[in-house]
Amino acid sequence: MSLKLLSGVHIPHRKNTAEMPPVRMPPPAMVTIPLSMSIGRPASCVVKPGDHVDVGQLIAESGGYVSSPVFASVSGTVKKIVPVLQFMGTSCQGVQIESDGQMTPAPDLAPPEITDYNSFINAVRNSGVVGLGGATFPTAVKLDVKDTSRIQEVIINAAECEGYITVDNRTMLDRTDEVVAGCRLLEKWLDVKKIYIGIEDNKPSCIAKMTEAFADDPCVEVRTLPSLYPQGGEKVLVYHVTGKIVPEGKLPLDVGSIVMNVTSLASLAHYCATGMPLVERWITVDGSAVKEPKNVIAPIGTSSREVIEFAGGLKEEAGKLVQGGPMMGVAQCDLDAPVAKGTSALLVFNRKDARPAEPTACIKCGGCIDHCPMNLMPMEFERAYEKKDAPLLKKLKIGLCMECGSCAFQCPAHRPLVQVNKLAKVLVREYDAAQKEAAK
Amino acid sequence: MNDNLIVSVSPHYHKANATTQRVMLDVLIALCPALIAGWVIFGIRTLVLVAFSAANCVFLESVWNRLMKKTDTVSDLSAVLTGVLIAFNVPVGMPLWQLMIGDFIAIIIVKMLFGGLGCNFVNPALVGRVCMMLSFTSSMTAYQTSVAKIDALSSATPLSALDSLHIGDIGTLLLGQHGGMIGETCALALILGGVYLCVRGVIKPTIPACYVATVFVLTFLFNGFNAENAVLSLFSGGLMLGSIFMATDYVTSPMTGKGRVIFAVGCGFLTVCIRLFASSAEGVSFAILIMNLLVPYINDGTRTKPLGGVDE
Repeated sequence: MSLKLLSGVHIPHRKNTAEMPPVRMPPPAMVTIPLSMSIGRPASCVVKPGDHVDVGQLIAESGGYVSSPVFASVSGTVKKIVPVLQFMGTSCQGVQIESDGQMTPAPDLAPPEITDYNSFINAVRNSGVVGLGGATFPTAVKLDVKDTSRIQEVIINAAECEGYITVDNRTMLDRTDEVVAGCRLLEKWLDVKKIYIGIEDNKPSCIAKMTEAFADDPCVEVRTLPSLYPQGGEKVLVYHVTGKIVPEGKLPLDVGSIVMNVTSLASLAHYCATGMPLVERWITVDGSAVKEPKNVIAPIGTSSREVIEFAGGLKEEAGKLVQGGPMMGVAQCDLDAPVAKGTSALLVFNRKDARPAEPTACIKCGGCIDHCPMNLMPMEFERAYEKKDAPLLKKLKIGLCMECGSCAFQCPAHRPLVQVNKLAKVLVREYDAAQKEAAK
Repeated sequence: MNDNLIVSVSPHYHKANATTQRVMLDVLIALCPALIAGWVIFGIRTLVLVAFSAANCVFLESVWNRLMKKTDTVSDLSAVLTGVLIAFNVPVGMPLWQLMIGDFIAIIIVKMLFGGLGCNFVNPALVGRVCMMLSFTSSMTAYQTSVAKIDALSSATPLSALDSLHIGDIGTLLLGQHGGMIGETCALALILGGVYLCVRGVIKPTIPACYVATVFVLTFLFNGFNAENAVLSLFSGGLMLGSIFMATDYVTSPMTGKGRVIFAVGCGFLTVCIRLFASSAEGVSFAILIMNLLVPYINDGTRTKPLGGVDE
């Protein structure tokens, strides 16, 4: 296909754990399960301190349409409901469960009965699966298209363009059957006629494995994509696979595409086959302060510190803990931050790597513009934000910025461009709200 | 919160060696071939002028920062670069005190008074050159020829004697054994530096290529369809130094690819107009400075089209 590639950056891949199948850690003594682990409303708690819970038992139900239920990840006793600090400085409720070490599965777990579209969507909702690549958008909302003829193709996002993380990589190699089963579910219940699996060309073993697994399925096509960050960005992936541009303010479905992370797909298939909802997480533990990089399977709610300890601990003092990848992951306030549904990696950097470089004056090199996959002008965002010029920010299409960090990554002046873009979006939101208020 | 962790907004790593200092260092490295050429052609005083001018610019910027109680910025090497470029734009016989005034105008008036690196709207080194040209015309036009005992061209800059040149002289022009400013005569060394900058990704070839192409085409058209003449015009005067090292200055050139094309074509057009129709034999400095002033307008007119952006 002679499609012009979108811009991006060549990041250091550092996929040190690509050859390491994940190791399951023993049940931790205590888990703290946050009740807000997806985009949308937090789940509402249905257990109280003193209750006994088993693995896979519902502890909080969906708080609305865009929300996702939460399940106990260990068996044991609910200790208390505690506040959990989240990024952006807000906090949410968390359920603390003291583990009995048994990991007893809940007795009433059974594969869901799926007979038609509605029962399938219901099953997706009850699986607790969200976008596991890190976006944490509830999968049920994404797949609830009402009219399945709107779907022209589903793109399975297996690009895994971030540095370090090899979770999707391992899913494709170690959970191949579940990936295949997931695709069958989509074909059967959503009447999907075409499925693309987009994989970056730095994962040849995954490309081979997937091609082999789907050799007899004409519906599924494996697409090799260049290793150019942010290849796994939703709009970037849709464009590179289908050539379609998702317009501002619209979803991929508006152009007929659904993008779904490969690990989310496997987790969904796992639920449909066993009835066990999403209670554990595959995590890449890596970074300059980590002794042995490793892939670990941990119950959701486990403290990051314990996962890191299990992986082999630290060889240097921790300077920064990032949940997620180095380009878009979120720095945590302390090492006890619990593992959530969207925690694809725990990266610990030493003091030296943790300290962001001091920003210097913008030299207007235009590198941020040249490298923006969405053709935006981050340098102009910064200037407009300094002037607090919300109308100009809107004109420059700040809303299209996905905060992939390509601009900041390559900036020779180390300008905090992503930070500015986040703040600028808040400014625009406040401006819009004020405009609305004034119009009343 | 007992782990004393650093919390910052993503991204959490950065492109290796991508710093302003490294960019400036690359440009300085790219200027080395021309510096060596200047030394060979015009003698040891070339090095004295360059070192003096660079030291002077660093000194001025440092003193200014200290007086204004600001963090010292000389470590970004931009002052060194400005100093070297100013020295490249004077003849070898330039008195040091006159050069010092050029440095002062560039660093203090053009750069620091407007807020330092990134805030100046015209190229400091070029303003320095133009001011020296207007104030000290006799020293700025006292071109000396090569000290090396090679068959050198006449002492006038070849531009003013363009009609008397032949294509056979192109070797001399490329090697720079003719009269001119110390850093601009050896076209070959400058092109070598330009290739280095492109390979390192510091500049894109857009501006130099469009600039030079425009000068070639327009000189050919306006100057009696004389191809020989048009080729020679590329390698004489300040065109190579200007197009590769001055017009590509990040701060004073447009920020998008389309804008850079417009900017470079404009520079070429103005250069030819000044060279052929104005009383001055050389037009590169003024052409770039005028286009510098138009950069904000070019930027406004050449904004990128966001992917999937919907006009309201």
